[in-house]
Amino acid sequence: MKFMPLLIEIMQLLLLLAAAPVFAGWVKMVKCWSQGRNSPSLMQPYRDIAKLFSKDVVLAENASWIFRFTPYIVFGATLLAGGIIPILSVDLPLSATADVIALVALFAIARFFAALAGMDIGTAFGGMGSSREMTIASLAEPAMLMAVFTMSLASKSTSLSHIAQAISQSDIHMALRPSLAFAFLAFVMIAIAETGRIPVDNPATHLELTMIHEAMILEYSGRHLALIEWAGMMKLFLFMSLGAAAFFPWGIAGAGNMAAIPLALLYLIIKFAFAGVVLVLIETGLAKMRLFRVTEFLGAAFLLATLGMLAHFILE
Amino acid sequence: MSLLKDAIISALGEDVRFRENYQHPASVVFCTVPKAKFTEAAKAMKRSYALLAAEWATEETPWFGIFACYRWGSEYLIVKTVTTMDDPAFPTLTKKYLPAYRFERQMNSLMGVVPEGHPDLRPWLKFEDWPQDAYPLRKSFDASKPMPRVEGEYRWSRAEGEGVYEIPVGPVHAGIIEPGHFRFQAVGEQIINLEERLGYVHKGIEKRFESMRWEDGFRLAGRVSGDTTVAHSLAYCMALESMSGFVPPERACWLRALFLERERIANHLGDIGAICNDAAFAFMLYQLMRLKEGILRTNSELFGHRFIMDRIIPGGVAVDIDVKGKEKILSELKWLEKEFEKLVTIYDENPSLEDRVRGTGVLLPEKARELCAVGIVARASGMNLDCRIFNPFTPYDQHDRIEMDVPVLVTGDVHARTWVRIHEVRESTRIIRWLLDNMPDGNINGTIEPPSSEKAGFAAVEGWRGEIIYWLQSGPEGEINRCMVRDPSSVNWLGLEQSIPGNIVPDFPLCNKSFNQSYSGHDL
Repeated sequence: MKFMPLLIEIMQLLLLLAAAPVFAGWVKMVKCWSQGRNSPSLMQPYRDIAKLFSKDVVLAENASWIFRFTPYIVFGATLLAGGIIPILSVDLPLSATADVIALVALFAIARFFAALAGMDIGTAFGGMGSSREMTIASLAEPAMLMAVFTMSLASKSTSLSHIAQAISQSDIHMALRPSLAFAFLAFVMIAIAETGRIPVDNPATHLELTMIHEAMILEYSGRHLALIEWAGMMKLFLFMSLGAAAFFPWGIAGAGNMAAIPLALLYLIIKFAFAGVVLVLIETGLAKMRLFRVTEFLGAAFLLATLGMLAHFILE
Repeated sequence: MSLLKDAIISALGEDVRFRENYQHPASVVFCTVPKAKFTEAAKAMKRSYALLAAEWATEETPWFGIFACYRWGSEYLIVKTVTTMDDPAFPTLTKKYLPAYRFERQMNSLMGVVPEGHPDLRPWLKFEDWPQDAYPLRKSFDASKPMPRVEGEYRWSRAEGEGVYEIPVGPVHAGIIEPGHFRFQAVGEQIINLEERLGYVHKGIEKRFESMRWEDGFRLAGRVSGDTTVAHSLAYCMALESMSGFVPPERACWLRALFLERERIANHLGDIGAICNDAAFAFMLYQLMRLKEGILRTNSELFGHRFIMDRIIPGGVAVDIDVKGKEKILSELKWLEKEFEKLVTIYDENPSLEDRVRGTGVLLPEKARELCAVGIVARASGMNLDCRIFNPFTPYDQHDRIEMDVPVLVTGDVHARTWVRIHEVRESTRIIRWLLDNMPDGNINGTIEPPSSEKAGFAAVEGWRGEIIYWLQSGPEGEINRCMVRDPSSVNWLGLEQSIPGNIVPDFPLCNKSFNQSYSGHDL
């Protein structure tokens, strides 16, 4: 029995590694359809990653160890985050050691190093990207924590496994709380900012001057870039999983319930397919906002999360 | 009697001399003034609210000719002065006219004439590592040899202070666009200065013209800027025809207008989409590119080339249109209008997009006037300029029948430049319908004699970017002595530079796209 949770943990990490590119491909596919175009296949992100791995790394002469290690740190931190979020099952050994606050911190570590690496080479674009990324982070992280606290107030725990379990096992009235609705709205806005999607950032742009996340990693190539891109896809996948675990946990296998895992996988696919469509609808219908509007956008997210918390104390 | 002619006579009196039978068409006034009076002529023009359309130099041994072309309404006036080859100095016009700033840098770099009193004589279109005394437009310069390289430095304007940093962008860009260097000085995200550096696609086109035969020049003109091939070869042909005194058959003129409007529609469609795409609203790009592709394919089917390149020839046009072709275009227009209006509604009703384009990259009307902007850029900044109205060729001169309605907006922002394009697409579809319904029968070309020696020809054509000017001059043996090309980009690039300070760094690509000036047309 002791091995089971470990097995689930490993399965989940493998799923994360394997499914993140597919989900990125799915988003791309729906996006192409929404614009009236043919799309690349679902497997295209795999090919892109494989291509990058087979290429040589071009390093700037003045690149320090920070620049060279950052891809591994970003990749490792993101992968570790996948061990905390209940994607398939709440039965995660790592989940007991790290709660949702640690999760936010893990993403912060990855971002911190990416920002350092952006400045390490000394190009104008890298520094510009780092500065923008940190501006957004300084607004997104408090809002994220606020939303997380609202969730944990509802389930009286900051452990994601507990949150997922508490909501999925409660009756429908518990799940339809006003505080959670506010927190969910805030979470969607933060997730868009954190994963660099339109209207905050445009992952598909070639315009260096408008980039945020992409500007930071502009100097990366070869396997370094592959790892960063892969980590980016995983981050998107994880934010979707986090949303699913915290707000729509139905279908996630309970503790010790190995048999429910295939069903959990099916639920996961349905939820993600749907989430991808919603993401694309947001992205297709909106233009990217002016950089300084992001502060208002994330300010609104923070406000919503705070309202959620107030709603918990006043209404529930 | 022309107003500009009156103005220059009353200002300079006996000093100004008019030369008859030299400049063609005769409606363009041509006068010569002594070198010392060159600025005074500019002053008189400025007082009459004329704009500086172009400034250029020629080599007419033993002189250098210095020319300035002014425009007021539908009048053009060319002022010429000469300077000796030993002392190639002439008084600068920069104190009167801002666009002279780049024209004169260009003349200084390529012809080696020296504008006295010019504030900034760094090379323009020429590189700092070319020999100082290599002047490509001089007759003594051998263009067949590679340019030797020397040490040189280009001094950029600098900004200093706490928190000021510099962002160099280009000349090679991430997208599939032409090369050009932009250097920003910024504080935080706020741009305090932008300096452009162009010339990376300098191909020596003006020099190349001089070794061509008159009847072949239109091909080169059609390649000055590939996206404006129709308007450029048309301007060349019209300048040439005016020199030879040739009047092209009427049907040919109508077909030329048809090509011109189709080029305008195709490019505007692409531009509107690209502007939206730079605000990350990719849907519009793909949909509008689909419409543009439709136009280009029909071009290819009916006229044998997607961009109708080389179909306008000296003497007329090379390809006619039959009843089937007419039906094809009409049914395509119906489709285009329906689809286009749907997309315009989407553009118009999306607040997130509107938030990006309004108030961004503002070129104020006063500034646009000062910079003598032309074309869509000018019309988005309150200037009512359009060669199709003010300097029309047949069939545009039938004002009461064609009833041109050219949009002029005053806000000068990205939104205005987009709306001018939207209006122009609508107007051009209307014009094409009218052209097809009323097109006269007849020949589509005639034989044109090469012009005689010592003549000059002039033409101004409203390409989709704006007014394109060609000025041709024949030498003593009747050869091409000089072909001056003034793409709208030559003046409008300065407009972009002036509209950027005060914007934030990530808005630059959007502003740039809304201007969408040609690098090739500027660099020549």
